[in-house]
Amino acid sequence: MSFAKIPKPDELIRVKYDMPGKSWMNTPVDFRPGTWSHAGAAKNLTALDLPNPRAWQPSDEDWKLPENWQAIILAGMKERLEKYRSFRLFMDICVRCGACADKCHFYIGTGDPKNMPVLRAELIRSVYRRYFTTPGRIFGKLAGARDLTLDVLKEWFYYFYQCTECRRCAVFCPYGIDQAEITMIGRELLNLVGCNINWVVEPAANCFRTGNHLGIQPGGMKDMLEFLTDDIEERTGVRVEVPLNKKGAEILFITPSADYFADPGTYTCMGYLMLFHELGLDYTMSTYASEGGNFGLFNSHEMIKRLNAKMYAEARRLGVKWIIGGECGHMWRVVNQYMDTMNGPADFLEVPVSPVTGTRFENARSTKMVHICEFTADVIRNGKIRLDPSRNDHLRITFHDSCNPARAMGLFDEPRYIINNTCNYFFEMREDAIREKTFCCGAGAGLGNDENMEMRMRGGMPRAMAVKEVHEKYGVNRLACICAVDRATLPPLMEYWVPDVSVMGVHELLGNALVMKGENERPTDLRGYPIKETGTP
Amino acid sequence: MGIRSLIISFIFIISLLSAGYALGTFAPWLTASLIFYAAFAVFFAGFIYRVIKWALIPVPFRIPVTCSQQKSLDWINASPIENPSGKTGVFLRMASEIILFRSLFRNSHTRMYEDRPVYGKDTALWLFGLLFHASMLIIVIRHLRFFIEPVPAVINKLSAWDGMFELGVPTIYLSDIIFTVSAIYLFMRRAAVSRLRYISLVQDYIPLLLIISVAGTGILMRHIYKVDLLKVKELATGWISFSMALPEGIGLLFFVHLFCVCALLLWFPLSKLMHMGGVFLSPTRNLANSNRAIRHINPWNAPVKAHTYEEYEDEFREKMKSAGLPVEKE
Repeated sequence: MSFAKIPKPDELIRVKYDMPGKSWMNTPVDFRPGTWSHAGAAKNLTALDLPNPRAWQPSDEDWKLPENWQAIILAGMKERLEKYRSFRLFMDICVRCGACADKCHFYIGTGDPKNMPVLRAELIRSVYRRYFTTPGRIFGKLAGARDLTLDVLKEWFYYFYQCTECRRCAVFCPYGIDQAEITMIGRELLNLVGCNINWVVEPAANCFRTGNHLGIQPGGMKDMLEFLTDDIEERTGVRVEVPLNKKGAEILFITPSADYFADPGTYTCMGYLMLFHELGLDYTMSTYASEGGNFGLFNSHEMIKRLNAKMYAEARRLGVKWIIGGECGHMWRVVNQYMDTMNGPADFLEVPVSPVTGTRFENARSTKMVHICEFTADVIRNGKIRLDPSRNDHLRITFHDSCNPARAMGLFDEPRYIINNTCNYFFEMREDAIREKTFCCGAGAGLGNDENMEMRMRGGMPRAMAVKEVHEKYGVNRLACICAVDRATLPPLMEYWVPDVSVMGVHELLGNALVMKGENERPTDLRGYPIKETGTP
Repeated sequence: MGIRSLIISFIFIISLLSAGYALGTFAPWLTASLIFYAAFAVFFAGFIYRVIKWALIPVPFRIPVTCSQQKSLDWINASPIENPSGKTGVFLRMASEIILFRSLFRNSHTRMYEDRPVYGKDTALWLFGLLFHASMLIIVIRHLRFFIEPVPAVINKLSAWDGMFELGVPTIYLSDIIFTVSAIYLFMRRAAVSRLRYISLVQDYIPLLLIISVAGTGILMRHIYKVDLLKVKELATGWISFSMALPEGIGLLFFVHLFCVCALLLWFPLSKLMHMGGVFLSPTRNLANSNRAIRHINPWNAPVKAHTYEEYEDEFREKMKSAGLPVEKE
């Protein structure tokens, strides 16, 4: 990871919260390198039948928009105002009390007033007023209304791709106005004229065709899982099998592809596989539904549905009874809040019952999909596995609540229960940086690309500073999380702000602590680090 | 939008007060009948229209913002209010939002301290916001005594409680003081804090200035330039029976007060003041986090083009076979 092109941490931290003299309405965007993401490549737009595929970049003067782009966007806005109560209401009822203003990690990290959620919403609200409200039509600027110009469109692009849809602002808003909803609609509108970022549309295009973001083909997935089982055998002496596309299995297991593709997610994946093996679970993974994540969430509601459809389709084809989902943030936003509505009812599946403990997961009786942390916490609670937490004694853990499981689900205590049972040194971060007030990694919602590095480091700063605090206070050297995007974006964030802390998934902790039948003596953890020496992360 | 919006707002309010004064002087009957009826009609019709319009828009997805532990395993303590899983929980959550301003109570203030962001508890906005709204409600209820004869005991009791310190003649109402102070606080905060001034529009200052004008004229005519309350009551009960008689000698200030109230009522349904109705309808707050247990229906759940397994296997069949993976069609 190269930070060569961005300012050093001691410069970046000097954030000023002074307001500029000039009104925000007349301040055009400056596409400064390091603060925005590359445009979606034409081939990916074509693969997804998205409009206006072409070669362009946001820094170009000419965005090569369709001739009637304003009409397209206004028609799209009208349609969405009639389809989403959230959108219309959030356009109408904001009183600009400013409670959200300094809750956004991008505002805290940049001091840019347009990163205050209230102003980010005003970017689109001003256009809404101009074309859809009587006072706005009559009084124009005086009523906070403005024309939809190219500068406004560019501003939308810059700031809607500078929002990670983390929903922290919505926790503080007295009316529950959720900037994520507004950003999602804003991005949909931009998509109508072909303005999107490659780090969203490429994974989406890959996922559509090959089943996963990384474009891994069936054989590749099999090979990767075999590498992981080789590693498990090397560390534990136990040979683990991973069933793939197995018809008639009881459970379908779906996890983000990053878990079996890239470090440090792979160690988390090893944790899952070891657990399933130890429990003798009758499960299968799928090469077709080989992705838990859903970058459709960062593109449009329609794309969420298109990509999510595979989960139920594959569960039906394989004839499983229910589904377990791995550690992932936005995947769980989709599964918890969209999947059943979009692609249900899953009446061909059964209400999930853990074959290990007999626990019936009533909370998932309609979707038939259980979070791996719910599943594992139940297994531990019922004493079905043996754990040796001292094998994690070289680690001093803190836990990062990922935005989506936190604020779109409320999954707080299940992962903590697993952590508390698998390690001896767990330290919480400050109260205003965890649970529902957790800070984003700064690179969710498709912004975790390298060209956007400065903005990622800025947006992730509040999270990093809270980690730094526990690092200094308690010697924390490992940041645990339950999100694959986190596992990709937090390592560089830590490298930049708190270099002595590395990142892991919760099921990696479990994999370390799990005492397996027939295992060899385990002098190292899953990463090969000696476990007796404390202090080596 | 800075100072410009402030100046425009002041000009607007001063013109409005002058108009109220002029009308009160030369044509008080106009304020007392035509404008009054028009304002009430616009307020009620407009309010209902806006709320119905929102209510008719579908809520395609169940998207509550969860602010505490979900209901999952029996032995994990779920939070029924901050993360409701059923109707009771949603009701309590909405009640805590609407009556106690729960979310605003979380407010904090971010500062940089020794190269570290720190988040101090900041309950001033919550406190003054709550006082402002609560005292407004009490004042509105107290005003019903002008419209109802005989005055219901509840209203008399409320008024007695509100004036319990029995300072001055007539007694000073606590709610009047709290209302005026909190409205001035809310205005000053907007005008003086640079961040707030930056995000504020003309339409953010005007309702506050209007409300301060209403409160100011109200207090003035109760305590200093006293108006004849019996005649006000005569007028108010006349409104209900649509008798257009205007009692003589009520006092000019009353008509300025009434004019400002009418302006506020006219302003209401066209503006952000509709948050009063909207707060009940917010889909991130008024839905249970129960999507995995009970299916939520999207009335326009539109069909989409997905990539089927058959298409997938057709593309990768040979690769799947060579990797030893099962296929549907050989």
